[in-house]
Amino acid sequence: MSQIRIIIGREFNERVRKKSFIVSTLLMPVLLLGLMLAPALIMQFSRGETKRIAVIDRSGLVLPQLESDSELAFEATDLPLERARRELTDRFGILWIGPDPVAQPDDIRLYANASSSISIESNITGQIEKIVENEKLKGYDIENLAQILDEVRTRVTMRTFRNDESQEEDSAARSSAAATVAGFALGMLLYMFLLIYGAMVMQSVIEEKHSRVLEVMVSSVRPFDLMMGKILGIASVAVVQILLWGALVLVAGTVVLPHLLPADVLAGMQAAQGGDAAAAAQLDPALLTALGTAMDAGYIAALLGWLLLFLVGGYLLYSAMFAAVGSSVDNVQDAQQLQTPITIPIILAFLAAMSVMNDPNSAVAFWFSIIPFTSPVVMMTRIPCGIPLWEILLSLVLLYASFVAMVWLAAKIYRVGIFMHGKKPTLRELYKWCRYKY
Amino acid sequence: MNLLQVEHVSKRFAQHTALDDVSLAVPRGSVYGLLGPNGAGKTTLIRIINRITAPDTGRVLFDGREIRPEDIRRIGYLPEERGLYKKMKVGEQALFFARLKGLSRRDATERLRTWFERFGIEAWWDKRVEELSKGMAQKVQFIVTVLHRPELLIFDEPFSGFDPINANLLKEEILALRDAGATVIFSTHNMASVEEVCDHITLIDKSHDILSGRVADIRRSHGDNLFDVTWRGDAAALENAVRGRCELLDRTDDGSAYRTARIRIDRNDGVRGVLAALNEAVEIRSFSEVIPSMNDIFIRAVNGSL
Repeated sequence: MSQIRIIIGREFNERVRKKSFIVSTLLMPVLLLGLMLAPALIMQFSRGETKRIAVIDRSGLVLPQLESDSELAFEATDLPLERARRELTDRFGILWIGPDPVAQPDDIRLYANASSSISIESNITGQIEKIVENEKLKGYDIENLAQILDEVRTRVTMRTFRNDESQEEDSAARSSAAATVAGFALGMLLYMFLLIYGAMVMQSVIEEKHSRVLEVMVSSVRPFDLMMGKILGIASVAVVQILLWGALVLVAGTVVLPHLLPADVLAGMQAAQGGDAAAAAQLDPALLTALGTAMDAGYIAALLGWLLLFLVGGYLLYSAMFAAVGSSVDNVQDAQQLQTPITIPIILAFLAAMSVMNDPNSAVAFWFSIIPFTSPVVMMTRIPCGIPLWEILLSLVLLYASFVAMVWLAAKIYRVGIFMHGKKPTLRELYKWCRYKY
Repeated sequence: MNLLQVEHVSKRFAQHTALDDVSLAVPRGSVYGLLGPNGAGKTTLIRIINRITAPDTGRVLFDGREIRPEDIRRIGYLPEERGLYKKMKVGEQALFFARLKGLSRRDATERLRTWFERFGIEAWWDKRVEELSKGMAQKVQFIVTVLHRPELLIFDEPFSGFDPINANLLKEEILALRDAGATVIFSTHNMASVEEVCDHITLIDKSHDILSGRVADIRRSHGDNLFDVTWRGDAAALENAVRGRCELLDRTDDGSAYRTARIRIDRNDGVRGVLAALNEAVEIRSFSEVIPSMNDIFIRAVNGSL
């Protein structure tokens, strides 16, 4: 046992002290954050300058009510259409509105000088629709129309609660959007970890075999201890990395995020969580619950706990296979072919996880999250959405049981493999190795 | 008393037999040579002794009883293919291996310092292995092998990669370890070093042990009763003297004052008579038995002409 500890210690120290570990641990969250913010940033920068649109309003009804914004600026023009189309080429386009848009709402045209876009067109049609609707309403000659309209206009606020999860009235609402995003992020994280850390085990075994360190090691350590020491040593690196990231997310969620948010959003959020819907009403409720979820330390901690269990279980299962492959080849190139049967289930799990995001309770989602090879990734995608505890526990038990079986098998291949040099073995030969007696 | 005894060990792999009924006995405090051409089965035998693999049949006795997993700590093994972690620092790496052999961190550090001083390599402590030359890495590997003061040391081709000065240094260290009580098993192709350091040998060829015993006995028993005589005087007298007593095989006659003749004396008790007769006939400067070198014996044994 003490030998395994020494080996674990070496693997851990060698890796954690590397600059690449420190850099990737600190940079990864920044990178992920960047990825999440990227769409918003791209929108921000791609908006460009305000587009000027010359309006020829034959009805005289629409133009005064058109509202310019940062995207579009409407301006009147006295030129007739033909001249405007010829001369006003510096404008984005010319909007022509027929003499009676109320009776003929299809008599509206946009002559664009550059390629138009859906968002521009829906902006324009949306505004005109509203103006026409208002005109039509006026036609009914209702008294106090404005007041009635104000009173009629209603914003529906829906918060989603889970019956099985939170019986208490005041428990916080879960944002399903936030859960989906979290599920995707966690599934993605697991997928990356299984591949990256699994490959790390394989590479490290190949390196030891190649440099013949193994030859020296096996004269003092049992091959099984050697393999387990490596697997567990690298596992501890993974756990440390996850814990560091978890801590960063927790700090970002509970300490940094509240300082960054405007005061009214924060107050509204607290009100929403306290069940005070009225106070929260002036803010987007979906946003509020999403933010609330992101700042819910208990929720994050629970996710982190499950994440660690599935991460370690999945990693152990896959790294045992990667170790077996690493032990049976002489260099990384030879490993390619043998590692295909290992990477296929991981990729399959990733694909399944994508579909799980749509429906976390489908049959596909259920079975893929129970079968050990795909369960870590798929289950982690489902957990944030809230699923019955027994499913999680069953999945965990199966995962760890299959890890034990896999280690037993991998150790047999490893024992034979580390002394085999030269020709790379086929899967059939690996199977034969499993049956060698020592 | 034998420290290590290998009894009728056989080991088969899928396509071939690596060892077939091999036995050997390594006396405590001796240097034991394990000889044989490439692929004869030496490495497999060493792995079986190290408990890296198990024999199909036969057994290995260590210290008079069947070898146990914990005996591994009493063995130090320097494999033919040297292996160290390239990215690790020399001192840290040596410590790591020492601790795997059961030394405490403090003991290991202390002993390492002593060894590093003895080899004059203290300055390498914080260097990475990849910065060392092959010979330097060999020295580190040697230290790692002997550091936990094992009773049994197994060296597989220990001199390969060393220049003559360092090879000599290593040889002296090995003999010093023997003098301090260690038993050494030595696997090599270098027959000159066998003659110099080995007390006993076993020669393995094609999975069989075909020759074993004390080096001196083996060499003498493979002699063909040949003797070299260096003499001065009348050639005819020499011929007369040996006629009927032994066979005159070869004679140099290059005109120098002392000439050499090689004779074969078939009967062991005939040496005295021949020597007396020669002494009467010519002036003898030297008379010596021609003992075959281990190299000759090795080649003859492997070619099956023993």
